[in-house]
Amino acid sequence: MDVTIKIKRFDPEADQPHSYWEDFSVSVPDNATVLDALIKIREEIDGTLTLRCSCRSAICGSCAVRINGHAGLACKTSLSRAIDEDNCVTVEPAGVMKVIKDLTVDFDLFWDKIREVEPYLQPQGAEPEGEYIASNESMLHLSGVTACIMCGACVSDCTVLEVDPTFLGPAALAKAYRFTADPRDGDREGVSRDRLRNLSEATGMWDCTRCNECVQACPKGVAPMDRIMALREQAVSAGFTNNNGARHTSAFTESVGHSGRLDELRLPIKSVGGITNIGAMLSYAPVGWRALTHGKMPPIRHKNVENVENVRRLFRKLEPDLAGPQIGRNSPFG
Amino acid sequence: MLEHDVLVIGAGLAGMRAAIAASANGANTAIISKVHPVRSHSNAAQGGINAALLDRGDDWEDHAYDTIKGSDFLGDQDAIEVMCSSAGRALIDMEHMGVTFNRDDEGKLGTRAFGGQRRARTFFVGDFTGQALLHVMFEQLIKSGVRSYEEWFVTSLIEEDGQVAGVMALEIRTGQIHAIRAKTVIFCTGGCGRIFEPSTNALIVTGDGMALAYNAGVGLMDMEMVQYHPTTLAGSGVLLSEAARGEGAYLRDKNGHRFMEKYAPNMMELASRDVVSRAEQTEINAGNGVNGCVFLDCTHLGEALIMEKLSQIREIGIDLAGVDMIREPVPIRPGMHYIMGGIKTDINGLTSIPGVYAAGECANVSVHGGNRLGANSLLDTIVFGERSGNHAAEFCRGVEFVDFDEGEAVAREERRINEMLERPDNGDRWGAIRQAMGESMVRNVAVFRDEQSISEAIRDFSDLRDRYNQVPVQNKNRIFNTDLVFALELGYMLDVADTIAFSALERRESRGANARTDFPERDDDNWLKHIVARKGEVGPELSYLPVTITKWQPEERKY
Repeated sequence: MDVTIKIKRFDPEADQPHSYWEDFSVSVPDNATVLDALIKIREEIDGTLTLRCSCRSAICGSCAVRINGHAGLACKTSLSRAIDEDNCVTVEPAGVMKVIKDLTVDFDLFWDKIREVEPYLQPQGAEPEGEYIASNESMLHLSGVTACIMCGACVSDCTVLEVDPTFLGPAALAKAYRFTADPRDGDREGVSRDRLRNLSEATGMWDCTRCNECVQACPKGVAPMDRIMALREQAVSAGFTNNNGARHTSAFTESVGHSGRLDELRLPIKSVGGITNIGAMLSYAPVGWRALTHGKMPPIRHKNVENVENVRRLFRKLEPDLAGPQIGRNSPFG
Repeated sequence: MLEHDVLVIGAGLAGMRAAIAASANGANTAIISKVHPVRSHSNAAQGGINAALLDRGDDWEDHAYDTIKGSDFLGDQDAIEVMCSSAGRALIDMEHMGVTFNRDDEGKLGTRAFGGQRRARTFFVGDFTGQALLHVMFEQLIKSGVRSYEEWFVTSLIEEDGQVAGVMALEIRTGQIHAIRAKTVIFCTGGCGRIFEPSTNALIVTGDGMALAYNAGVGLMDMEMVQYHPTTLAGSGVLLSEAARGEGAYLRDKNGHRFMEKYAPNMMELASRDVVSRAEQTEINAGNGVNGCVFLDCTHLGEALIMEKLSQIREIGIDLAGVDMIREPVPIRPGMHYIMGGIKTDINGLTSIPGVYAAGECANVSVHGGNRLGANSLLDTIVFGERSGNHAAEFCRGVEFVDFDEGEAVAREERRINEMLERPDNGDRWGAIRQAMGESMVRNVAVFRDEQSISEAIRDFSDLRDRYNQVPVQNKNRIFNTDLVFALELGYMLDVADTIAFSALERRESRGANARTDFPERDDDNWLKHIVARKGEVGPELSYLPVTITKWQPEERKY
């Protein structure tokens, strides 16, 4: 199969370093992966082409790149499925992280975030003489997360990290979940209270916008976003509700459960803990003013949808715990 | 100058375990690796880790016997006793660190059957046990605070008056050459699989530590003992875990016959790896395969079991061969996988140079002898990684740093590298030389080998060495010059390739993985001994060492 690999290159030692595209034509077997083609280019055409790769079987996590604009492992991507009608495929370095050379990016940001979640088991109390007793189900569930190979594909395509580098990001949060969900970590009941408290802070679990890009990008089925949502459930049920993220979720649920639609005026106010949070209220002022002057201000009087009782009945049936206001009862609008 | 009591080279399981142990013993410890620790090849171990747990009614002596028999009686029994008697503690330690081992119905660690063993004592995390262990060890490395030089490539070992003084290393990201002073160096650099083409091994597995030790005068022992794994995928040669057979998969020829009944009527597919690989190759040579492959049949295991315990290798089959093992048999063949031989050490990991240690696949303690049992390699890395780290930390207390001239050492290394970078382009490429070396190795030093084929490999390597000495490096830059790193690695591989071929030629019998068609029988009278290769004036010089036998006398090997 003759293919054209369009590679985004960068030479930091050029007189004026800049990214540019270069096309390589190679002939490879029909079952070749994108990595096979990149290695062939490197070994036979251009020895300056630089990328990390090692295992060729999706376990070492070295070769995450963007293929046709989306992050994935070059060794796990079949070339025949990646090429377009002109037998062409584009390969770029992973996103978010700084490019060092060609397809090689600086992982320091990635590892700093991993370190930030204290990524090692922290049991309380004495170790047993033998192994910890744990259900196979709990270990299988964790193995679904520890299957993460730290390739950075999720970080590459995270739409929050793209604009806010302080966000812990999908890989570190999934790693954190691997401990909070471990029956051996935390207190006797396996609740990792310190972790959940820390992860509830700004830049943590509540900063994910649920765009789902990390789930799509992950080559190992770890589904980082789903783990972040599970972290939120753990944090709320452990009582860590005194933060914007938990209040936002609660107010959202409360509004829809009560009126059948979102109360866009009160949602942000409840999220920050009510109008007594003067700082937050002031920070809203410019947005509020622009909304008002552009006729986008949500109505002050929030109306119920028609037949709202049907919505409430659904809520009671599906989420009995969430059917009524549970958090933010002290809110002036509650 | 950068300075450490203990400098561990290589950050796979053995390396990180050694570094954590040395650091816990109070030594100023650092770990240096050409890749980030979690990229290391320990990742690729799939099936599990062996341990005889007393509370399961197992006995470490049974594990030791299975290991000795598996080794075709070439393993040193004192070392095997150390490994097997330490296994239970090492396993439980890993569990306490956080490894998510699969459990049994009572919530205790679950086991699966593995080749060459009379009972199930292989503990596992699905079919990615190595990755699970490696990542947990990395977590512990973070916790330990050990300094980690990531993406630093060690280019030479510095010795002064027969004592280790430190290493020279290339910081890949900047291209800068550094000298690091060290009282002790522990090689944990893994195997040398890329000398073979194809191989299940990752591209980074290039025998670096073996070559560095060899060039410093340390002996490489049992290098002819190269494991061809019975189930590597057609085409890419990627590994499909023995766990498949452990869970009950069959091997079939083109007519659907379970041919192992001819070769190992009791253990069938779970005979030791050398036995199964020879059986497959015999069938393929007799025309009972398809396109040079026989078949791994998992279809009767059922989707639920495969998804719970073999999901990763199922993915590999789908991604790389377009075959879903739930529905159809997978074409497989023997493929180069592991080297039992390596840097000769004692049971504390110490080599013949004071202060130089080795552990893991690059070392030969020797616990695997002529053939390693599946799931003994992870155990080897953890047990002997820890022991060498402990011993090195102890050694440091009694010695001072050896002085050397940093400026001169850096200048010398830069001259060597610049000479390579400045070579004129002659149209040759390191990739072509490596490919030729790998193909010659797999053709000539294969599952079956004889004097003629091995001699051909030796001639090939000599020609390739001449080409290597002239090979240009296309990339002339400093930052992340992997072209240069690969060229340096190829030099290491050629050094190690010679020791493999010369040792294979020397052993004029068939034992373990060294199956000589011109000497088809095992010959205990003449060859119950190790072959040690040391660097000589022109190529390896060979000598012998006795095999340590404690209580298990050699006997005929039947499965």
